[in-house]
Amino acid sequence: MDMAGASGGGIWGNQEAEARPLLSVRGVEKRYGTRIGCTGVSFDLWPGEVLGIVGESGSGKSTLLGCLSGQLRPDSGQVIFDTRDHGPIDTLSMSEAERRHLGRTDWAFVHQNPRDGLRLGVSAGGNVGERLMANGARHYGNIRATAADWLERVEIDPTRIDDRPRQFSGGMQQRLQIARNLVSGPRLAFMDEPTGGLDVSVQARLLDLLRGLVRDIGLSVVLVTHDLAVVRLLADRLMVMKGGHVIEAGLTDQVLDDPQHAYTQLLVSSVLQV
Amino acid sequence: MSDYNFAYLDEDTKRMIRRAILKGIAVPGYQVPFASREMPMPYGWGTGGVQVTAATLVPEDVLKVIDQGADDTTNAVSIRKFFQKTAAVAVTERTREATVIQTRHRVPEMPLTQDQILVYQVPIPEPMRFLEPRETETRRIHALADYGLMQVRLYEDIARHGEIATSYAYPVEVAGRYVMDPSPIPKFDNPKLDDCPAIQLFGAGREQRIYALPPFTRVRSLDFDDHPFVASKADHACAICGSTTSYLDEVITDDAGGRMFVCSDTDYCAEMAEGGA
Repeated sequence: MDMAGASGGGIWGNQEAEARPLLSVRGVEKRYGTRIGCTGVSFDLWPGEVLGIVGESGSGKSTLLGCLSGQLRPDSGQVIFDTRDHGPIDTLSMSEAERRHLGRTDWAFVHQNPRDGLRLGVSAGGNVGERLMANGARHYGNIRATAADWLERVEIDPTRIDDRPRQFSGGMQQRLQIARNLVSGPRLAFMDEPTGGLDVSVQARLLDLLRGLVRDIGLSVVLVTHDLAVVRLLADRLMVMKGGHVIEAGLTDQVLDDPQHAYTQLLVSSVLQV
Repeated sequence: MSDYNFAYLDEDTKRMIRRAILKGIAVPGYQVPFASREMPMPYGWGTGGVQVTAATLVPEDVLKVIDQGADDTTNAVSIRKFFQKTAAVAVTERTREATVIQTRHRVPEMPLTQDQILVYQVPIPEPMRFLEPRETETRRIHALADYGLMQVRLYEDIARHGEIATSYAYPVEVAGRYVMDPSPIPKFDNPKLDDCPAIQLFGAGREQRIYALPPFTRVRSLDFDDHPFVASKADHACAICGSTTSYLDEVITDDAGGRMFVCSDTDYCAEMAEGGA
């Protein structure tokens, strides 16, 4: 890159802005009494990056995700998010109003069970439109058009915009949940086992869809799963957790093809081959 | 008079309720919890309104009680008698003569004045009750003014019926802050809440909540830019007084489809019929 002719400050400023992680996690710890939920977790998530977190049940994956997304309060540590307006801020020091605002604009949370993330008594259009309305949209026609557009993007027939999620199949519910979360154009998504409980062909379609969306809108994702195939497909980097500790981290292919830690080796070799 | 303390409630209780009312007036639209008492009438009959009225009444007051606009229905008659017996206050059916008006489901047609207090009976004070079942969560929504959910309810109405079909208990935003349930008044009455010179108090007995609108408070009915709020009523004139501007009740007169539309506000109708019109 030729820097010679440029007026130094501006260029450097921009570069610094680009070279800043979207989410910096430092020493996050959460305990349940004397038991460890997760401890000593630190990592950086860069814009457009997908970070997979794998581990067995009870390894602290979901606790960690809860701490990062503001649903649980960690006992110590920092979760620094690069906000649009004010730059990097520790989300744990934010007021609840600010955190909720973040939660409906720049953040998304996809639950394993779509019933946890959807309003089952409200139509598909209403589900997708809720974030828009929460962010101040007050034009019915525009809200509906955006909702229909997003249904199409997640491969749901837009003529079903007035149907309740209850009438949808499991895979459709999950895709609806994704549309409902991404409609506000978030920069960071937390996903807790987004493909759990779906059959394999539906899983494959969902993964395909997710991969496309992540690439299209440059979304950063923290993805918790126990399914190594899912992280192989979606994740750029991987963290392996056991007993609340991060025991191995690195590029996904690196970790999966050349696992160093004994537990990771066990995990990788436990996958059933067809 | 009788062995009752003035207006039935003991003085400590009235003081507690007055404190809740003052707090409600200080924070317009905010639901103030209060220790609702057992009243000698069933829940749903206006126990909240009666307690608020009891705490507001002074011996010089002139009380009017209406139920669905009428002064002569069971609920109105019982509550009026209750206060005649326990407080010995003067009563009236005339809106302009009353100083305290307790109402169920209507706002009088006659414009209210600064010398009046309007007390509403409220069955469900929480406007988001059927959208969000957790009271802890609705309180948080109010605290953070995170009202997207309220708009979803209106969205669903339009999606299902082509227009905002909510016709009573239509949610309002108070003074640019709290979203409030105006009690089950028809949405025709919503504009009367806005900039009203009278003090408006809302009492929910079973739910133990009091909220209030101070005089001249801005009250805006929620809506969409392309589906604005419309204060609708039956498209007829009153069959008795001929008024075309008052809210009408539909009365079935026989079993062959016969019906008539009459003013729901009986006092207003009588006055118009006497020669006001």
